[in-house]
Amino acid sequence: TVKESDGTPLPGVTVQIKGTTRGTNTDGTGVYRINVPENATLIFSFIGKTNQEVAVGNQNTVDVILADDSKSLQEVVVIGYGTQRRQDLTGSIASVSAEDFQKGNIVNPEQLVAGKIAGVNITPSSGQPGGGSQIRIRGGSSLNASNDPLIVLDGVPLDNSGITGASNALSFINPQDIETFTVLKDASAAAIYGSRAANGVILITTKKGRSGDKLRVSFSTLGSVSTPIKYLPVLSGDEFRTLVNERGNATQRALLGTANTDWQQLIYRNAFSTDNNLSVTGTALNIPYRVSVGYLNQQGILKTSEFGRTSASIGLTPRFFDNNLRVDLNLKGTIIRNRFADQGAIGAAVAFDPTQPVYSNTELYGGFYESIDPATNAPRTLAVRNPLGLLEQREDRSTARRSIGNLQLDYRLPFLTDLRANLNLAYDISDSDGTIFVPREAASNFNRQGINNIYSQKRYNTTLESYLNYVKDLTGINSRIDITAGYSEQYFRREQPTYPDVNVIGTVINPAGTPSDPKNRLRSYFGRVNYSLRNRYLLTATLRADGSSRFSPENRWGIFPSAAIAWNIKEEPFLANARTLSALKLRLGYGVTGQQDVLNDYPYLARYTFSDPTAQYQLGNTFIQTLRPEGYDRDIRWEETATYNAAVDYAFLEGRISGTIELYQKNTSNLLSVIPVPAGSNLTNQILTNVGSLRNRGIEFAINTTPVRGEGINWDLGFNVTYNQNEITRLAKVPNPNDQGVLVGGIAGGVGNTIQIHTVGYPTFSYYVYRQVYNENGRPIEGLYEDRNADGRITPDDRYRYKFPAPLVFLGLSSQLTYRDFNVGFTMRGNFGNYVYNNVLSSRTSYANFTSSQGFLANVVPGIYNTAFANPQYFSDYYLENASFVRMDNINLGYNVGRIINNRANLRLTGNIQNAFVITKYTGLDPEVAGGIDNNIYPRPRIFALGLNLDF
Amino acid sequence: CGTLDLTPSTELTSASVYNDPANYKLVLAKLYAGLAVSGQQGPAGKPDISGIDEGFSTYLRQYWKAQELTTDEAVIGWNDGSLPDYHEMDWTSANEFISAMYNRIYYQITLCNEFIRETTDDKLSSRGISGQAATDARLFRAEARFLRALSYYHALDMFGNVPFVTEADAPGSFLPRQTTRTELFNYIESELKAIENELAAPRQNEYGRADKGAAWTLLTKLYLNAQVYTGAGRYTDAITYANKVIQSNAYALEPTYQRLFLADNNNSKEIIFAITFDGQRTKTWGGMTFLVHAPVGGSMDPKQFGINGGWAGVRATRSFVEKFSDVTGKTDTRAMFYTNGQTLEISDIFTFSNGYAITKYKNLTTAGVAGSDPEGNFPDTDFPMLRLADVYLMYAEAVLRGGTGGDLTTALNYVNLLRQRAYGGASGNVSSINLQFIIDERARELYWEAHRRTDLIRFGLFTTQAYVWPWKGGVQQGRAVEDFRTLFPIPASDLVANPNLKQNPGY
Repeated sequence: TVKESDGTPLPGVTVQIKGTTRGTNTDGTGVYRINVPENATLIFSFIGKTNQEVAVGNQNTVDVILADDSKSLQEVVVIGYGTQRRQDLTGSIASVSAEDFQKGNIVNPEQLVAGKIAGVNITPSSGQPGGGSQIRIRGGSSLNASNDPLIVLDGVPLDNSGITGASNALSFINPQDIETFTVLKDASAAAIYGSRAANGVILITTKKGRSGDKLRVSFSTLGSVSTPIKYLPVLSGDEFRTLVNERGNATQRALLGTANTDWQQLIYRNAFSTDNNLSVTGTALNIPYRVSVGYLNQQGILKTSEFGRTSASIGLTPRFFDNNLRVDLNLKGTIIRNRFADQGAIGAAVAFDPTQPVYSNTELYGGFYESIDPATNAPRTLAVRNPLGLLEQREDRSTARRSIGNLQLDYRLPFLTDLRANLNLAYDISDSDGTIFVPREAASNFNRQGINNIYSQKRYNTTLESYLNYVKDLTGINSRIDITAGYSEQYFRREQPTYPDVNVIGTVINPAGTPSDPKNRLRSYFGRVNYSLRNRYLLTATLRADGSSRFSPENRWGIFPSAAIAWNIKEEPFLANARTLSALKLRLGYGVTGQQDVLNDYPYLARYTFSDPTAQYQLGNTFIQTLRPEGYDRDIRWEETATYNAAVDYAFLEGRISGTIELYQKNTSNLLSVIPVPAGSNLTNQILTNVGSLRNRGIEFAINTTPVRGEGINWDLGFNVTYNQNEITRLAKVPNPNDQGVLVGGIAGGVGNTIQIHTVGYPTFSYYVYRQVYNENGRPIEGLYEDRNADGRITPDDRYRYKFPAPLVFLGLSSQLTYRDFNVGFTMRGNFGNYVYNNVLSSRTSYANFTSSQGFLANVVPGIYNTAFANPQYFSDYYLENASFVRMDNINLGYNVGRIINNRANLRLTGNIQNAFVITKYTGLDPEVAGGIDNNIYPRPRIFALGLNLDF
Repeated sequence: CGTLDLTPSTELTSASVYNDPANYKLVLAKLYAGLAVSGQQGPAGKPDISGIDEGFSTYLRQYWKAQELTTDEAVIGWNDGSLPDYHEMDWTSANEFISAMYNRIYYQITLCNEFIRETTDDKLSSRGISGQAATDARLFRAEARFLRALSYYHALDMFGNVPFVTEADAPGSFLPRQTTRTELFNYIESELKAIENELAAPRQNEYGRADKGAAWTLLTKLYLNAQVYTGAGRYTDAITYANKVIQSNAYALEPTYQRLFLADNNNSKEIIFAITFDGQRTKTWGGMTFLVHAPVGGSMDPKQFGINGGWAGVRATRSFVEKFSDVTGKTDTRAMFYTNGQTLEISDIFTFSNGYAITKYKNLTTAGVAGSDPEGNFPDTDFPMLRLADVYLMYAEAVLRGGTGGDLTTALNYVNLLRQRAYGGASGNVSSINLQFIIDERARELYWEAHRRTDLIRFGLFTTQAYVWPWKGGVQQGRAVEDFRTLFPIPASDLVANPNLKQNPGY
């Protein structure tokens, strides 16, 4: 049997007897049979894998593990509009293919590569099933525009905006269909995508049928159970009674109940999931195909949350006219069914009075115990709601359908075989709708008598791209040129109907607002020249011109150039004898990429918008739907990021040790930032405009090794570490030393309170806090802070900028060991230097939680024994915590049972633990908080999964 | 290939909106709505201004807070940002509530400028708008000028030396120049006088729209405070314009005081200019929603206010309560206190039960029926920004301050008209009045109607030791604060955005 380094059988491997022309191929389950003469040596080869030679000796069975070839710089890498040999690359491109993906219950594509790529930081937003992740490639290059990378699926740039009814636009792609995940990190690689590439580009290619494939059926099923890892410590009923009796007044003491309810235990559960996939690959009528279907059902650990995905994909890859016309047809369809839990229950479970029972033994409010105003017998408007009631009394369901398809024609001109013409036509449509129902008796919506609402959205995106590619080996001058020139047009349109807000008895609470159908179009021309001299000196230059309907005709077009050079030092004669060194390459690149995702389709136009029926104004006896002139910036234009990149690629010992060291600097100018407009000069007080600049600098280091390689055994070990530092270098049209910056980062507790700030000279989203003063016992003194400006008073001017949420250093470590039929692997990730504002703690460590509340008591956390604050002290740096961590993302085990059912199928079993453990000093539930403000986030569970793969 | 010139299909552009005369009133309605709601979606969504919670951002809510929380009439028990600074009187130029007020004022001004710019006679005729449509447009334009003058008046009163823009300044990236307080006073005066004859006669316009009476009342206020604004008293002018209001005979005192603050107060003939609200069609988390909900807490029954629950925020200080000799409301019915479970003294501002609550604003009709919102969130009650009682008291004060054109007998009569209404007869009548009486009577009659800060400044009581109230200056017994606090600071954000601006002294 021939297997991949993760233990999966590898079909289609060429097995050849050395020195002869005799050979065979492995079948669908990786098995081969061949008769060999004595003392024969077998050569195993496969595209993308390192060749391996094994002397047969007197063995009857020779099992081989073919290691991934990415280290040997021989493979072909997907790049923007084409492919390139790795050895010819000049830009910073990292790719991960299927066998190196994270294992287990992976629901979203981006989770496949978490921790696998230097410079790429993937933070799941929460433990919500189907929830998305924050992807940051080399830090965020923007303040207010999007910091998400561009995602290109099988050559189709996707619309990254959210889809109503789905918490993550990427979750429509079944990870099981993905073959490779390629990240274009620097401008030289990404600039071919011009105006949308400032935050990097992710190219996803899906699995395809291959020419000559025999019928192959793969079935996999994975069952998993998710469990809450820990609960936030809160006071128990008894502890809370003691505290209120000590600290509360008579009225408050009278509110105490007699129960001991652990509300967090009540809202979470062990959740079960199944993921089933069936794929068929083969060739029919000379057309290679791959058809797959997947069905995933995932329960969330927060009761009532659920995510279901049914996906199907068809890929046809016929070739015509002697392979001169290559056709790629991909169709994918996905239906996602969500039930969203009321995540307010998470905070409510922390805050709800633990001395009260779950049920009231009455018919009121569905039987759930609620805090009631005796004057009206209605639920108190300001009180915390019964957490279990919030969950069970809300049916929030959505169905989102999305289809992405493309037809790519690649034609090699018969009269000029060096020239290829490529045409790619694609669509991406989605249609989603949902319903929200809350019964009349639910306390959460008692005053309005329930909710019975619907919503929907449709999106239609189309893409037309075509390019010409000319490749010529100019052997006379030892050169090779590769020229690409193309055109692209994308049109994005959404239909957002509006619906009335209705209660259960049919009363319209708010009539439907104004529907909208925003749209925008991008038109681009791009070109690239690759020149290679003696296979040693490489030059790449690209240019893209982008036109966006989002900008005024004067600012509409942006030009994004890049250039890079590389030197394959290993190819130099003086290194020809350096045997241990198998590759050495130096790369230098510079380029400009852009950002046009300004969250609004018409920011430059002077528009007038109608008010909704609920924001009318009475003139006389008539209510008038008003017309509002919108603020606008006629001059708004591209944000531009210039990237410098320097790198060394290295490989030793025939690629058993390989890796890359990179240095980069990204300077963003014309930064799109929301800033105050001079009062009186525009029809708004703040506007998104091009102002200021931002810098990201970093170092990436990656090393992949194969410490052990032998017959039947292989151990791959990969490590990557990234250092990234970001700083705002300008933030106003006219720099002003008195500018404190822009307050951001709203927190819970007090309306409009913010904890972060953008200031020139500091990292983005720096925390802006008071420096806490402590007593001799090390306990914080309420309201006493360092008077930094020494004016004798504590005012907001005494706040200082301290730490920031982004990690300064992040790393990933992956290991995969295969021995005969067993394999074991793990992936670890770590973040260092990232701080989190513990908003749960800051809002639950003062007596005000129960002393100033109105007719009900709210629970506190044990931290109150240390603070003993009377009132919340939100802005104290006491609540800022070092959230550095190391997380064991995944431990996986696999066993190849071998052939079953009369040798017709191969069976493989896998076991996984995801989120096995986290090492951190952070005191909250989870140190990994996208954005750095921890406020009752849906906790990430630990997942145990068992899987079975069957290949026919 | 498609075009890159895409335009929205469910919205209008400035090029198209003014071609249709039917749109003019819709834009005008936005100028009025800017005082009431937070944006184009009620109660929240599509905000007019950003950088602050939408409910907090409304014009009326901020105006009320700036005018009341800074005084003896109100404290608020919420820990929102630098909100406590209002009552502690230690605000800085970074205060987000002061910024929100300032931003609202300039939002209104630029909105009005846009409309005024687009409705000149030249532009109307170039678009072929004539006849009744043109007549209407001219009246709309005069009202827009009134609304701009009203907001500039608030800027004059609260910020003093401020950026100055008119219809001549189209939106774009330019830096408005700073005007002086005197210059701005003269501009507001000239604007109000210029439109005086263009506006509709008192109470002859549609409800909610400004008329001559509104312009006259605003002029009266402007003149009464001229000493503060310009250093030169204009009391005679104040009397002149108060007389115009009173002698128009269009207005009459509402027979029952409480009715001025109920869900059907739109029927009142006393109100000269109101900001209108509606439980179903004009929804906001600011405005009257705030004024009805925020004072309800403790053991108060929300049903008695026509709402679904209180927000447990606003109460009064002892100094204000003591303006009434009888807090029960049995003698002076204007004493609308809720004392059950409340203490007179405030030992902790964050605790609702500290300080008497006030029951002035309700979402109940005269008949005691709750307003139209089935949820009980959004009141129908309108805010009486300008009303006849204020004009009476301004008249009396201007006479006492030496203005001519009026007399003390009439002044005393006007004051006693208010007291007769309050006492339900002559039992509360006074036989003489002086300035001290006027400032206290203004508190009794006009409390929580957003006059107090201006009044205390005019009487020299706002910052000084001459009058302290609990927690003035951030200490329980109260203390004087710096005199420069009679003006709010220009927000730091605008000083950064606009290098033409100089900060008010002291900040």
